[in-house]
Amino acid sequence: MSADVIIILTAILVSTASALLGSFLVLRRMALMSDAISHAVLPGIVLAFWVSGGERATAVALLGAAAAGLLTVTLVEWLSRTNRIKNDAAIGLVFPALFSLGVLAVSLYFRNVHLDLDAVLYGEIAYAPFNTLEAFGLNLGPESLWIMGTLALLNLLFVLLFYKELKLSTFDAGLAAALGFAPGALHYALMSLVSLTAVGAFQSVGAILIVAFLIIPPATAYLLTQRLPVMIGLAVLVGAVSSVAGYVLAILLDASIAGMMATVAGLLFALAWLFSPVDGVIPARSRRARQQREFAARLLLAHLAHHDRPVPVREVLEEFGWSPAFLAQAQQWAQREGLIAGDPHGLRLTARGAVLAGERP
Amino acid sequence: MELFLAIFTDYTLRNVALGAALLGLVGGVLGSFATLRRQSLLGDVLAHASLPGICLAFLLTGVKAPLVLLLGAGAVGWLASLLMLAILRTTRLPEDSALGVILSSFFGFGIGLLTFIQHSRNSNQAGLDKFIFGQAATIVGEDVATMALLGGVALLLVGLLYKEFKLISFDPAYAASLGLPVRGLGTLLTSLTVVAVMIGLQTVGVVLMAAMLIAPAAAARQWTNRLSSMIWLSAGFGVLSGLLGALISATRENLPTGPLVVLTASLISLFSLLLAPERGLVWDWQRTRANRRRIRLERLLLDAHVLHNHAELTPLSLAQRRRSTPARAKAELEELAAQGWVVQRNDHWELSERGHAEAHRLEQAMRVLPKTLGPLVGGGMGGAS
Repeated sequence: MSADVIIILTAILVSTASALLGSFLVLRRMALMSDAISHAVLPGIVLAFWVSGGERATAVALLGAAAAGLLTVTLVEWLSRTNRIKNDAAIGLVFPALFSLGVLAVSLYFRNVHLDLDAVLYGEIAYAPFNTLEAFGLNLGPESLWIMGTLALLNLLFVLLFYKELKLSTFDAGLAAALGFAPGALHYALMSLVSLTAVGAFQSVGAILIVAFLIIPPATAYLLTQRLPVMIGLAVLVGAVSSVAGYVLAILLDASIAGMMATVAGLLFALAWLFSPVDGVIPARSRRARQQREFAARLLLAHLAHHDRPVPVREVLEEFGWSPAFLAQAQQWAQREGLIAGDPHGLRLTARGAVLAGERP
Repeated sequence: MELFLAIFTDYTLRNVALGAALLGLVGGVLGSFATLRRQSLLGDVLAHASLPGICLAFLLTGVKAPLVLLLGAGAVGWLASLLMLAILRTTRLPEDSALGVILSSFFGFGIGLLTFIQHSRNSNQAGLDKFIFGQAATIVGEDVATMALLGGVALLLVGLLYKEFKLISFDPAYAASLGLPVRGLGTLLTSLTVVAVMIGLQTVGVVLMAAMLIAPAAAARQWTNRLSSMIWLSAGFGVLSGLLGALISATRENLPTGPLVVLTASLISLFSLLLAPERGLVWDWQRTRANRRRIRLERLLLDAHVLHNHAELTPLSLAQRRRSTPARAKAELEELAAQGWVVQRNDHWELSERGHAEAHRLEQAMRVLPKTLGPLVGGGMGGAS
């Protein structure tokens, strides 16, 4: 495998693993909890490196790092349950504190070692092809592919196996609890997987940009559909497209790969926001304009139906207080539909228009 | 003490401490409003979103003057906040997702720009990345002056519009009914938060900025229920964390100021959450424990009372009644004895004078509800008929 393919494949695995979980985070309104988790695993990762001697973190140590993510979730939930501070402030209180601890530890003990602050920020996905996994004297290929592949598979299995439970507890937690689906246990399972994914993706995309992979593709998909399975599928697709396009852009501009992937994801979100057929800004605007036009045309029909002779344009404008341009739009639509006709003396109904105007709703 | 005096003599330390204290002051004041308006994390988003602003300002002007970079940061952060409000107005997307999208896409773009600048052959670029985690040691007198100017303007506006800001934070609907431009004032308050972020970029950086808006305000909230005192306290806590963080970071090499300032602020919040008078969690736990103990003892006394009147009060009989072990029942009787409610006579126990009185009082208290309600309800019915 060439280096390019390995990097892109790693990125797609990161984005897939993230998008699967992120869809539920977005729907459960826990998007920022993932932000908190991704920051808070830093001290855990530092500790993991420290325990394993600063060279390479072992798998067990990384599991410990994921526990730091769960600790954050528990702390935030405990803080907001005390009713002393609101939920968002609790998030904003816990993660900077934990992240500060991590940064402090990195700058004190890991200067210029394997863990530096740049890696914390945007990961080292460019090195993905060079960190290979060796076991039993065999070269098994890039480590990141193994880690992220496992995580993506784990998350996929989780979503497939507990799809019904996740769906129910996401949309109606009360009913899920009443039916005995243990939404609490599911919640912590989801948070554990988010923490694991954040730790696993740390090497590739860093502590902060993982949020881009967790939130932006599902949020984009959320704007494009109202069905859960479609949303998850679209989220995975958006993540994959951002990965590929981001990589190409990063190579062209000689910029951070993870950074450009997040940028492309942001751009895709902007496109969905503007053009989504479901409730994109521009389709919604043109839909509103069309409805306005059609309503005006119907008003016009009703008005003309009260007159036996053609009504001069000037009179119509006075009657409704419309601008000539707006009347022209409404008139154009009605004429295209064959409902009214122009006349030297003004506007009059066609036979079809008269029928429509005479109809009772 | 020697270290503290160094603030006045050591040029670098003085600038760092002043910068951090200014950040604490402005962040504390504006953070109070942000937390009350449930916009705590908006500061986090604005801070992350300002990174591309710094890079763009550098790319466009080619200079590294702090004011230019900070203005770029402010402009883009402000743009991001407007974009976020627009997304919230026009889509069904939950607020936290919108925040997450803006935060991570702008930050990712900023990282992309930053690396683009670093990899291009521009030798002047070094040091742009200091805005990510902050690098207080590089703050010079000129920077402090810039920060003071920005902060002064922000605080002056808060002072002038205090009444209005207070109203839109607590009751925006009432404010609107009075004819106040609620949306405009809200945007202004958010814009002032952008100014606080600009002040914090050099000291704590974009990633940790959120803490300086949230932690002092969250701490201050625990000590008072009045907005004016909360703001003063919050500002005080902010200044304190700034100074302490700067001082601690000066004690050793390689101790970054930003994280230390943030940790100090977090510790102050933790302390306040646990120990503030009235709202402190520790007092809450104590109250709960005392209540539990009192209720347990009272139930115990009532059980002992029943046994004393109708049978014999011994560890064995008490154990049978309470379905526990005689050893445990004996310990419980000793607890009651410590209250002066029972006394031991040879092999059996008796309620003391005080025990009788207390048990009687408890029984009365339990009967109080039906007795007082009885005639009241009857009288009400009589009046109605």
